[in-house]
Amino acid sequence: MTATATTDRRTQNDARWAAVRAGLTRGWLETKYSILSPSDLIWILAFPVIYAVVLLFMRGSTVPGTDFALGAMVLPSLVGMSIAFGGLTGPASTIAVDREDGTLLRAKATPNGMLGYLVGKILMFALTTLVGLIVLVIPAVTVAGELRLDGRTFLLLALIFLVGMVATVPISVALGSLFKSASQTGLLFLGSMLLIVPSGIFYPITALPEWLQWVGQAFPYYWLGLGARSAMLPESMVTAEIGESWRTFEMFAVLGLWAVVGMVLAPIVLRRMARRESGSTVAAARERYMAKGY
Amino acid sequence: MTAQDRPPPSGDMALDVRDLRMRYGTKDVLKGVSFTAQRGEVVALLGPNGAGKTTTIEILEGFRMRSAGEVSVLGQDPAHGDEAWRARLGVVLQSWRDHGRWRVRDLLGYLARFYVPYSTAEVSRPWDVDELIKVVGLAEQTKAKVQTLSGGQRRRLDVAIGIVGRPELVFLDEPTAGFDPHARREFHDLVHRLADFENTTVLLTTHDLDEAEKLADRILVLDGGVVVANGSAEKLARELTTQAEVRWTSEGRRNIHAVTEGDPTAFVRRLLAGDPDVSELEVKRASLEDTYMALVHRAETYRPESDGAVSDGAVSDGAGPDHSEPDLAGEGPTDRAEQSEGVQS
Repeated sequence: MTATATTDRRTQNDARWAAVRAGLTRGWLETKYSILSPSDLIWILAFPVIYAVVLLFMRGSTVPGTDFALGAMVLPSLVGMSIAFGGLTGPASTIAVDREDGTLLRAKATPNGMLGYLVGKILMFALTTLVGLIVLVIPAVTVAGELRLDGRTFLLLALIFLVGMVATVPISVALGSLFKSASQTGLLFLGSMLLIVPSGIFYPITALPEWLQWVGQAFPYYWLGLGARSAMLPESMVTAEIGESWRTFEMFAVLGLWAVVGMVLAPIVLRRMARRESGSTVAAARERYMAKGY
Repeated sequence: MTAQDRPPPSGDMALDVRDLRMRYGTKDVLKGVSFTAQRGEVVALLGPNGAGKTTTIEILEGFRMRSAGEVSVLGQDPAHGDEAWRARLGVVLQSWRDHGRWRVRDLLGYLARFYVPYSTAEVSRPWDVDELIKVVGLAEQTKAKVQTLSGGQRRRLDVAIGIVGRPELVFLDEPTAGFDPHARREFHDLVHRLADFENTTVLLTTHDLDEAEKLADRILVLDGGVVVANGSAEKLARELTTQAEVRWTSEGRRNIHAVTEGDPTAFVRRLLAGDPDVSELEVKRASLEDTYMALVHRAETYRPESDGAVSDGAVSDGAGPDHSEPDLAGEGPTDRAEQSEGVQS
């Protein structure tokens, strides 16, 4: 009996590891499919190209009251925004889609399949967001001269990227599980866009009314933008920030809080949602899809 | 293995369902379903839409909680099935839109990896992916994107995914819906192969009687949430198709008489002895399909009164629309078909 129990436990551990490794393969394959698919590639490239154009137009403009190039000020904010946007909107919409087309149910029917699925998703969003960041090099070239780029920059950026992913992906997974159908995730895009307004990314947050500043500071957009600015801007630019400080500690604290909330909520919501999934709900979604087209 | 709170079923019992009930709100979908399946047996769950087939199979797959009853699937309660139990099952869902961007070989290879740790001395898991792809006839499509497969190819991929872990028990929910006759035939060969060579237990749902006859060792007819018939196709045919129709012409009139019980020979003998004018005599046994339709029809008609009361063996009561014994002369106005058909020749 005890010998069997030990074997069972060892099998269970082996099986979890196998699922994690399979999940990494999944993340890699899905990233590959995504990058090789023209529609996704356009989506990945569209924003950096738009940013590049925006930055080109900003040439010659300076941050009011200084002689610092406006474009160089905006670029780091864009880095922060890309992390937040990739982490917040991507997982939610794929979860909703995967639920409708039966991908989640397939994961449920596979031993430890949910674990593999989640590992795969996290890796995929990390990789595709990273691709989006690398593509930001295109617009960055136009303002690179003004930026502070050294070892500290890249270390801090890597750290912000990791914390940003952990702070946004679980929350997004939880949100995505709440939506009833894939078409509803459009609301999430809309919400994200609205939150960018008070985020201090395109417009200095210090110029906003105070209540709006507080709204902005409640969400990861502002903090990821701030973090990226602290990594890439020269020290003198700190004067444009709230309290004339990069507030590095507060940044990690707020993002950490989001991460904790997300990690607590996501498994609960996901499990609850997955329990309701069955062949007939997937079939019903398919019928609705065939009948109405969404 | 953990202790069960009732005697574990014998080693060759794959499925043991006792008095399974399911209620959604106030609606009873399953009203006491009981059946078993031996290892290596192919059981078809047959019934019209809404009979409770999918609900039953989803409960057995562990995807749906039941309201009452005892269920044992490979010795475990599916409501508390762990991952090791899950590894011994194969599930072929009705859905077919998932993983559209994946390539066939990638998807099968990915899913196969989850089963590697569950390989045992008796069952080596998973299937060799390339071999499996050949078995299901997708060798040409290994690099194809899943979304570019035809309906039949997609379904065969679903089946391959369902059996990639070399399951001891496979659930197939409406496996051939949307198949052309050729694909259907190939699929049937595959199921036979699973049962015969792999000793896999198969539980499939279908509303196609012909398919159930071809595939299953045993057919369960489910209707209105109860099992209204349970047996091999031959047994069902023998037990259920007792009904026969005798048609003849006498004095220029076409007569039809339904013999609902026993051998129609006795009726014919008496008929011929009593009426010298009989010509164009025809005796026709109802097909299994006619019987199935009648069975389902009867269960539907009786449903309000029969809540939970009907169970296995209900078929043998042989109640038909006309229980009267041969009414000689044959022109009696009580003759069933006379009223509805009454053809004058």
